Amino acid sequence: MSTWHLTDLRSRPTAPRFDRGRTYWRDLDWIMLMAAFSLTIFGCLLVWSASKADMASPTDPYSYLKKHVINVLIALVLGFVASRLDYRWLRAYTPVIYGASCFFLLLPFVPGLGTRIAGAQAWVSLPGGFTLQPSEFAKIAVILMMAAILSEKRDIESEPRDKDVLLSLGLAIVPILIVLLQNDTGTVLVMGAVVISIIAVSGARTRWVVTLIGGAVLGILLAIQLGLLKQYQVARLTSFINPAADSGGSSYNAAQARIAIGGGGLTGYGLFNGPQTQGRFVPVNESDFIFTVVGEELGFIGSMLLILLLGVILWRAIVIAYRADDLYGRLVCTGVIAWFAFQLFENIGMTLGIMPITGIPLPLISSGGTSMMAVWIGIGLLQNVRLHAVRNSP
Amino acid sequence: MNARSNLRLLVLGVLVASLLGTLMARLFYLQVVSGAEYRSAAENNTVREIVNPAVRGLILDQAGRPLVSNRTSLVVTVDRAVLGRQPNDGADVVARLAKVLQVPATDITDRLKPCGTEGAKPPPVCWNGSTYQPVPVASDVSTDTALGIMEKRTEFPGITAQLQAVRTYPEPFGVNAAHILGYLGPVTEEQLTAQGDAQNFDRLRRTDVVGRSGLESEYDSYLRGQPAVTTLAVDTGGRVTGTLDEKAAKAGDYIVTSIDAKLQSVVEKQLVAAIQRAQAQGYPGDSGAAVVVEVDTGRILAMASYPTYDPSIWVGGVTKAQFKDLMKSNSLSSNAIQGLFAPGSTYKVISTAAAGKEGFSLYSKYPCPNQVKIGTQTFRNFESHAYGSIPLSRALEVSCNTVFYGIADRMWEKAGGTDATKDSPDPIAETAKQFGLGSKTGIDLPNESSGRVSSRLFKLANWEDLREQWCANAVAGYPETRKTNPKLADYYTALDKENCADGFRWREGDALNAAIGQGDTAVTPLQMAMVYAAVANGGTVYKPTIAKAIVGADGKVVKEFEPQVKAKVKVPRATIDFLHKALPGVTTSGSGETPFLGFPLGKIPVASKTGSAQVTGSKVSTSWFASYAPANKPKYAVVMMVTQGGTGSKTSGPSVRKIYEALFGVNGTTVNPSKSVLIGDAPMKDLPTIRPDGTPVAPKGRKSGVDSAGSSG
Repeated sequence: MSTWHLTDLRSRPTAPRFDRGRTYWRDLDWIMLMAAFSLTIFGCLLVWSASKADMASPTDPYSYLKKHVINVLIALVLGFVASRLDYRWLRAYTPVIYGASCFFLLLPFVPGLGTRIAGAQAWVSLPGGFTLQPSEFAKIAVILMMAAILSEKRDIESEPRDKDVLLSLGLAIVPILIVLLQNDTGTVLVMGAVVISIIAVSGARTRWVVTLIGGAVLGILLAIQLGLLKQYQVARLTSFINPAADSGGSSYNAAQARIAIGGGGLTGYGLFNGPQTQGRFVPVNESDFIFTVVGEELGFIGSMLLILLLGVILWRAIVIAYRADDLYGRLVCTGVIAWFAFQLFENIGMTLGIMPITGIPLPLISSGGTSMMAVWIGIGLLQNVRLHAVRNSP
Repeated sequence: MNARSNLRLLVLGVLVASLLGTLMARLFYLQVVSGAEYRSAAENNTVREIVNPAVRGLILDQAGRPLVSNRTSLVVTVDRAVLGRQPNDGADVVARLAKVLQVPATDITDRLKPCGTEGAKPPPVCWNGSTYQPVPVASDVSTDTALGIMEKRTEFPGITAQLQAVRTYPEPFGVNAAHILGYLGPVTEEQLTAQGDAQNFDRLRRTDVVGRSGLESEYDSYLRGQPAVTTLAVDTGGRVTGTLDEKAAKAGDYIVTSIDAKLQSVVEKQLVAAIQRAQAQGYPGDSGAAVVVEVDTGRILAMASYPTYDPSIWVGGVTKAQFKDLMKSNSLSSNAIQGLFAPGSTYKVISTAAAGKEGFSLYSKYPCPNQVKIGTQTFRNFESHAYGSIPLSRALEVSCNTVFYGIADRMWEKAGGTDATKDSPDPIAETAKQFGLGSKTGIDLPNESSGRVSSRLFKLANWEDLREQWCANAVAGYPETRKTNPKLADYYTALDKENCADGFRWREGDALNAAIGQGDTAVTPLQMAMVYAAVANGGTVYKPTIAKAIVGADGKVVKEFEPQVKAKVKVPRATIDFLHKALPGVTTSGSGETPFLGFPLGKIPVASKTGSAQVTGSKVSTSWFASYAPANKPKYAVVMMVTQGGTGSKTSGPSVRKIYEALFGVNGTTVNPSKSVLIGDAPMKDLPTIRPDGTPVAPKGRKSGVDSAGSSG
C-alpha cells in the first residue's frame, strides 16, 4: 500500500508476540485513553452539577451521580473486552451481532417494556430504574456489519463491488428504518453519516459517495416537504432557523441553552454555580444538553478544553485508521470516527444553535448508561484495530 | 488498501477537523464576543411557581378516631397591594367589607397590619405572613356573602372569596385535647430564614400554614405533605416561556396517637370536676392538669390541661376578641407539660427511694412528732398531727413530714452540714434527677418545661446568678419602698444582705424543705406521672410519647415509634419493692383513703400518694393526687393536680378514682373489663386501618361516634 505520508509518525514496536499481557498494556494508544478518561471524569462532574438542582430533595442528592458512575464502570469493562476480542471471532459473529441488534431495536415497541422519553420510543425499561437504549448498540452493529461486507472477498487493491455496496446498504437500512420508527431522528442522522463515511473510505466508486450524500440531503428535504416528519420533529429541526415559531418547546430549549452557554463568558460562573444550570432553566441538562453546563459554569476555556479532548480522541482514531493493517480494521475505525464526530457535532451544535435539536447524547460526557457503554465499546474497537496492526507489523 | 481509500480517509479527517473548528468558532462568538449580552438575558430569566398545598394529614386517636380532620371553608382574603392603590389607602373598601362581614372595621385593619409595624397588635392578630400574600380576614363566610363580594368586583378591589381546606375538630366523645393537638398559623419569617435559600419544591413558602403548637407543630413536616408545584419559566415581561417542572402533590401523613378519645374525654371532664370541687370548697382552683400514662411504654393515653380553649378558633385566624380572651384566660399553654408546680408530698416517693439507697432501714420505726425546730424555724406536720413512732410505710400513708425531716437531716449532716462542698452527696436531689425531674421528659410536644430540683448545687447556681443584684440591693436599701414603708425596706435589706453574703449555703432548713417537695423544687404534672410510672414498672424511666406511628394517607405505615427507655433509676430493688408494698396502703388506710371508699380495691388495688403543696404567696395549697394501678400488676399511672385547690385527697382524689373506674370498667363494687373505656380493656396493639382512599376505619363493635361518653359524673 502507499505510505507516502505520515510514514515518519508510524511507530513499529517489535515486542515478542508471545508476551501478550505485557505488550497489550504497552501497545494501547495511551494518548487517546488519557483523553477519554479525562472526559469521563469531566462528565461525572458535569452530571453531578446538572443533577444537583433536580435532586435537591430529601432523597439521596447523589443518586444521579452514583448511577452515572456505575454506568461508567460497566462501560470501562465492556471497552476492555472490545479491545481484546479477536478479529476473526468478531467477523465470524458479526451476522449474529447484527441480527440480535435488530431484534433488540424492536423491544421498545413491546408494551410494558418500552419507554417513551421526549417523544422517542427508544428505551427499554429495566428493573432498578435503569433504562436501555438499543439504538446505541445498533450503531456498533451497523459499523461491524458494513466493515465486514465491504472488506471481504476481494483483492487488496480493488474497489468494493457494487453488489457488496448494495448489500451493505440494504442491511444498514433495516436498523435505520426501525430507529426512524422510534422517532429517534438524531440517531438516524448519525447512522446515515456512519454509512456514507464507511462506503467512502472503503474505496467504492465516487458515484456511490456522491449519490448517497445527494440522496441524504434530498431525503431530509423531502421528509419535511411531504410531512413524513412529525410536527414536533419539524419544530425541532427548524426552530434553530426561526426561534420565535415555537416558544414553549424546542426553541425554548435552544434559547435557554444559548443563554446558558453565552452567559458563561470566558471563564464561566464556576462549577455548581451556573444560574441557568442550577435554576433548572435548561431541560435535560444532565443528558442531551450537558454541554450547556460546561459552557455556563466553566466558560469558553472549559468548553474549549472539552472539545479539544474530543478532538484528541478523533485525531488518534484517524491515525489508527490510517495505520490499520487491513481494510476491515480501517473501516471499523472509520465508522467509529464518523459516529463520534457527527454525534458530538450535532449535540454541541444544537446547544450552540447551529444544528437542529435532536435527542442524542454527548459521547463520554452525557448521563445515559447505554451511550456511555456503546462509546467505550467504540474506543475498545479502535484500540483493538491498533493492537492488531502493531502485532502484524514487520 | 488503495490510494482512494487513503485519500478519502484524509478527507474525512479534514471534515472532522472542520466540524470541530466550526464548533470552536461558534463557541468563541457566543461566549467571548457576545457573552455579556447572554449574561444579562440569564439575569432576566425568572421562575414562577404555582403551588397547590397538599391535603394535610389527619391526627387519629389510638383506635383510629379522627381528632383533627379537614373540611373546606369559604375564606375572604384581602390583597394589601391592591388595597394600597385605592383612594384613602382603601379605607372605604375596608368599611364596605366590614359591613358585609358584620364585623368592626378596626378588626380588619388590625388584621391587615404586618407584625412589627407601627400600631400593629401582637401576633396572631397582626399579619405575620408575606406582604405580597393576600391576608385572610374571614373564614366560613356564607355562600351569599362570598357571592356578594365576588359579583361586585369594583366595590371590592383586591378582595377575594375562595374555598380553602381548613382544619376541623370532630371532637369524638366531646374531647377537646387542644394542648395536645395544637393549631396552625401562617409560616413565620424565622422559619423562612432558617431554611436559607433552599430551592427544593417542598420547601416552606410564604403562603404556607404550618403547625404552631402541639402535634401540629411537632410533626408538621409529616402532616404537611408535599404540595403540587408547577414551575414556569417567565421572562421579564411576565410572559410564560416554558414549563420547567411539574411535581404532583403528596397528601400529608397521618399521625396515629396513643391518646384514647373516650378516655381523654373522661379525663377532661374529671379535671373540670376537680376544679369545680375546689371552687365549691371556696378555693380559687384556677388551673389544673391530668395525665394518664401506660407504665410499661411511656405512652400517654390521656392528658388534659385546665383552662383550655377551643382549637377551632384558630381556623382562618383568630379574631381580636378571641385572642384577648385567650390571653386573659391564660389557656394557651399546657399546664401538663409547661406548668411548674411544687410537688409537695408526692415527692416523698423520691425521698423514700433516696433513703433506701442510702441504707436507711425501710422497715424500722421513725419518730413522727407534730413539729421539728431548727434554730428559730419551726417545721410542722400537716395540720400539726403527731403520730408517735411509726414505720416508714405508715409515714407515707399518713404523709408524715417530720419523719422525712429526720431522714433529710441525717443525710444533710452526713454530707457535712453547712461545711459541705459542691461535691458532697445530695441523695434526694440525685434520685429526683434520676427519675427525670429537673430536665425535660422529651415528650413529642414542643415547649416543654424542664422544672427544677431543689439542691445544694441549684442553690449555688442560683446565688451565682443573683448575687450581684442581691448585694446591690443590700447596699441601696430599697429607697423606693423606704419612702412608704421603712420597716419592710429594712426587712428586704436584711434579707438581701444575708443572701449576698451566703445565699449559696445549703442550710439545714433547705434540706428539710426539699425532702417534702417544697422549696425550689418545681415539676410538671407530666414529670410526676413519669416518676410514678417508673416506680410502678420497677424503675424504668420512659420517654413519654403521644405519637404511636406515622401512616401514609394511603394506609402504608411510614414510621412506628417504639417505646424508648430514657434511664433506669439506680434504686435498690428492695426499695422499689418497699414502695410497691407501702403505696397501696395510702389508698386503703392513709391520706388517699377517703376518695376511694367503696372502690373495689381488693380487685383493683391502687397505689397512690397525695400532695398538698404550699405555694409562696398563697394560702391555698396545690392539690396533687399521684397514683398507679393495679398496684399488684401496674398498667397505668394517673396524676392529677389543681392549683389553689386544697388537699390532694379532697379535690383531685375523687376525680382520679373516676378515671380508674372508666379505665377498668368499675361500676359500684363490680369490675367488668368489657365496660372499660379502652376497647379490649387495654391500649390497642395494632395500628388502626386506613383505607387506600384515606378514610380511617372506625373500631369494630363499638361506637366510634361523636356522641358523648357515659362515664363522667
